[in-house]
Amino acid sequence: MNHSDVSSESLILIPVYNEGASIRELVGEIREFFPESPVLVVDDGSRDNSAAEARAGGAMVLRHPFNLGDGAARQTGFLYALRHGYRYLVHLDGDRQHCPREIALFLEFLDRREADLIVGSRFLGRCSYPLSPGRRAGMRIFSLICSLVLRQKITDPTSGFRAMNRRALEIFTSGYYPQHFPDADVIISSHFRGLRIREIPITVSPGWSAGLHRGGTVFYYIYKMLLSTFVSSLRFRRRRTNF
Amino acid sequence: MPFIQKLLAAVLASALLIFIIETVRRRKLREEYAWLWVLVGIVILTLALWPGLLWTITKLLGIELPVNTVFFFGLMFMVFINLHFSVKISELTNQVKRLAQEISILEGGRRGPDVNSEHPGEE
Repeated sequence: MNHSDVSSESLILIPVYNEGASIRELVGEIREFFPESPVLVVDDGSRDNSAAEARAGGAMVLRHPFNLGDGAARQTGFLYALRHGYRYLVHLDGDRQHCPREIALFLEFLDRREADLIVGSRFLGRCSYPLSPGRRAGMRIFSLICSLVLRQKITDPTSGFRAMNRRALEIFTSGYYPQHFPDADVIISSHFRGLRIREIPITVSPGWSAGLHRGGTVFYYIYKMLLSTFVSSLRFRRRRTNF
Repeated sequence: MPFIQKLLAAVLASALLIFIIETVRRRKLREEYAWLWVLVGIVILTLALWPGLLWTITKLLGIELPVNTVFFFGLMFMVFINLHFSVKISELTNQVKRLAQEISILEGGRRGPDVNSEHPGEE
């Protein structure tokens, strides 16, 4: 299989919420670099013109009737990819923090078929990513938890730049996929459900990453992540004794 | 227990039961949620008619005052029914999420081949 086959069989997914200012440009860039890969934008009930802008940029657009959450927006894209027979899916954030050119790294890796879920890590390569001490500590904790559970080094469990094959798509659409903050718990439950996970280095433009985890949600985020990672491992144990 | 109290409790319990059955009949309350309330109505009615039962339970549990037995079970019931509702709300949330996702996919398909349409086709 050559590279262009992988491109044409891959769907590039961008979940967006109020990204009208930048989405058109982002879609345009992706279409330019990867003309063979269809771009799907899932608009998670934006109040701005994200959907129209994305369409103008050349993307297919699915619109949630109301805001469901970043995880749900990704999952809608997964469902679409699965039903339309795509073999691979790459998703990235709509806020321009990810470099569209780097989709090529994911496609290359998918083509090697060594992993089912590929996670782009901003800490694997040149680590020039500025973070507040609190966020850094939080990320360390979740990286550590993931690394311990997987017995494999995971450096960036919160990354929104990931790629997967149909096996992962099936698992993420039939079973549990968190509606909000699909981060460390996705990696851990993927591991328990037998997916092979690899991290590859990416570069991130910090200027753009206002991100979805803001201020007051930090404590909720930590609580939610600890509970759902814990429950993911319990679920797995129970299932294993049943089968 | 004075007769007037007994009467009041019995009347309230009967009214509760009648109200529950009436709302179920009018399809305002679904059967799967009604059973808990029917149970409460029956328990209150039973205790109103045979207050001795409450004394027996109180002694059995080693509680000093019967009213505390009522409070204890009342509180337990509240905790239980709220948990039950949380589970139901979670279920509904999941269903609403899935519906919204399906609608967006259906609507996306209905718009026809949009700007780019290189679908690899079903495999």
